[in-house]
This record gives sequence, structure tokens and C-alpha cells, in this order.
Amino acid sequence: MAEQIALEITRYSPERDKTPSMEEFEVPLRKEWVVLDALNYIKDKVDGSLSFRWSCRMGVCGSCGMMVNGEPKLTCATFLNDYAPGPIRVEPLKNFPVMRDLIVEISDFLAKLSKVKPWLIRKKEKPISEGEYLQTPEELDSYRQFSMCINCLLCYAACPVYGLDPLFAGPAALALAQRYNMDSRDEGKSERLDVLSQHDGIWGCTFVGECTQVCPKHVDPAGAIQQYKLTAAQEWVKSLLMPWGGK
Amino acid sequence: MLRYTEYPPRGYRVRVSTYWWTGRRAYLRFILRELSSIFVAWFVLETLFQINALAGGPSAYSDFEQFLRNPVVIASNVISFLFVLFHAVTWFNLSPKAMAVRLGGKRVPAALIAGPNYVAWVLISAGVAWLILRG
Ligand code: SF4
Ligand code: FES
Repeated sequence: MAEQIALEITRYSPERDKTPSMEEFEVPLRKEWVVLDALNYIKDKVDGSLSFRWSCRMGVCGSCGMMVNGEPKLTCATFLNDYAPGPIRVEPLKNFPVMRDLIVEISDFLAKLSKVKPWLIRKKEKPISEGEYLQTPEELDSYRQFSMCINCLLCYAACPVYGLDPLFAGPAALALAQRYNMDSRDEGKSERLDVLSQHDGIWGCTFVGECTQVCPKHVDPAGAIQQYKLTAAQEWVKSLLMPWGGK
Repeated sequence: MLRYTEYPPRGYRVRVSTYWWTGRRAYLRFILRELSSIFVAWFVLETLFQINALAGGPSAYSDFEQFLRNPVVIASNVISFLFVLFHAVTWFNLSPKAMAVRLGGKRVPAALIAGPNYVAWVLISAGVAWLILRG
């Protein structure tokens, strides 16, 4: 028989269970298999009721984030072989309410994301006939890293501040705000400042830095937040020196 | 349709344990870094007391020296010194994250931002040591 590896998976059914519990499954240990393949194997062959989110299988959609041996990971990019001989513990993303098995409730993040207005804000839109808003490669480069976010929420699972204070806007939302702040085509910085410079915004961050460590897209949310703290502090000093408005 | 509420009542919530910071090395390092500020404050207080004793004349200063010779104070100063080192090094190393300086369209490398902090640290420490030890 081919080599097997054990997976310990969180099971939770809101209709049936009071608290989540762990269930063990054996799957073939294949060199090219990632944790997500193992989950799909279980769903197809062993227990069709196992619930989890996934889509692209290639680190793009951001929907397959789970805790693998306690670390937030994209399960489509986490190879079984790296954990052999196992067992591998697969749990739902930390810091989010669990809806069923490995599925977490993320509407809190979605609401926070829209609060920081992650889109280009123009004081006055220019008519389409005048063409695109142009940008140099250097200007693109200044925010490109922050624009790589796939909303996988691994950073929220790694963030103890978000775990302790659910009102905290959190790493990805703040990094995405900074992505638009740094965009040369954007004119919405002062609109975002009001949301971002609140206690639940950037100042909630105590710079643990784990969001940056776990981010599969090298977004560096911790860096984005600290950089924004610097900007906000400068704005604050400016508003003290020039209360009549130096914006 | 599920409606958004600030505290979603749906789903099973796991409470964060009080001891969450023991769960990961990086969390522990973070807590130690935060804790180190207490020791920084202790050094600041000690320096203020020292200046106060200095202003109080020779007898006040020898009292202060007596206080410094207490083994408990020596031990706490050694521990504080280690924490202050840890504090300085961790924050210096984090400084490039907060400062995204761009020159000629490129981001200035991290070492060039953290480096001057270390240089200033060494120079100022050497200056203070010279001031105190030359007599
Ligand atoms: S910042 Fe990184 S870890 Fe956080 S949601 Fe975006 S891609 Fe995922
Ligand atoms: S399935 Fe799309 S990121 Fe993993």
C-alpha cells in the first residue's frame, strides 16, 4: 500500500455541535499533493460532508487559508511532504468565527475593507474622452507591493491585536488603504485619514509584525501600517501648526 | 442574506487565551520588546536620581553610590541593561519598515536606514563614556 499521512481536521456543525472537535483522516502521501488536495480527497472518497473553501488552487483567489499545524497557510501552496510523517493538524483560520468545519465568517473583514475606501478617489473625474490617468513605472512601483494582496486573511489569523480587539481594522485593510494613498492617481488621502487615524485604525497596531511574516504575497502590511503612522503623525503636527488648513 | 454586525453573533468563536503570547516565538519576542520599555524607564529614573544626588552635594552622592552597590540594584541593573540592549536592537532593526525612503525611483535598502541608528548609538555612547571616564 502506498504511504499514508494522517490529517487531524476540525469538525464543527452549528446544528449538531456545541463546540468544534478534531477528526482524523488518512490520505495517500503523494509528493505533488498539497493540503488542499488531501482535503479534496477526503471530501471525494471518505466524507462528503467535510466543508472548506477553495477555488483557484494556485495562490491567487485567497480563499483556501487555514491553520496548518498552527500556522496560517494557503492550503493550496502547502505540501504534505513538508509535514511528513505527520500528523498534520488542519484548523479554520484563527481569530474568525467558525461557521462549519474549516469555513470561517469573514464579513467583518469585508465591512472594514470598504470602510477604508480601497478605490481611486478623484476630486473631479475626468471625462473618458480625455483618456486614462497616466502613471510612471516609478509611481507604480511605490505601491505595487501593497497591491498584491489577495484578501486571504492569513495576516488577520496571525495578528494578536485583531484576536483581542475585533474592532481593529487589521493588516490587509490598512495595507490596502495605504496602497491607494500611495497611488499617484488618487486624491482621497484626507478622506481616508479620518478612518485610518482612529484608535481602531493604524494606532491599534502594536507592530507585532507577524502579518508580514505569514503573508504569501509579500505584501508587508506591518510596513504599510508603520509608514502610515509616520504620515499621520506628520499630518497631525501640520494641523497643529496650521489649524486653518494646510492640506 | 447575512447582515453585517460589528460583533457577528453567528458561528463559533474561540476566545483568545490570556497566554496567547506563549504560543509563538515571535509573539514572545514581541512581548519581551514591549516589556523592555519598563527597564528603559527604570534607567531613566535612575539617571534622574543620579542627577538629583549630584546636585545634592558629596554626601548625597555617596549615599547614591551606596545604593548602587546594593546587590539587588546591581542585579536589576544588569537585567535592565540586557533589556535596554534588546530594546534598542529590535527597534533599530524595525526602523526600515516604518521608513520607506525612495531615492532615484528605488527604495533605499534596509541596512542604510538601520545603519545610521547604530552609528549614532556607538558615537553617542563613546562620547558619554569619554565624558564620564576621562576624569
Ligand atoms: S496582506 Fe497578505 S496575508 Fe493579508 S490578506 Fe493580503 S495577501 Fe493575505
Ligand atoms: S485555492 Fe485559491 S489561493 Fe488557494
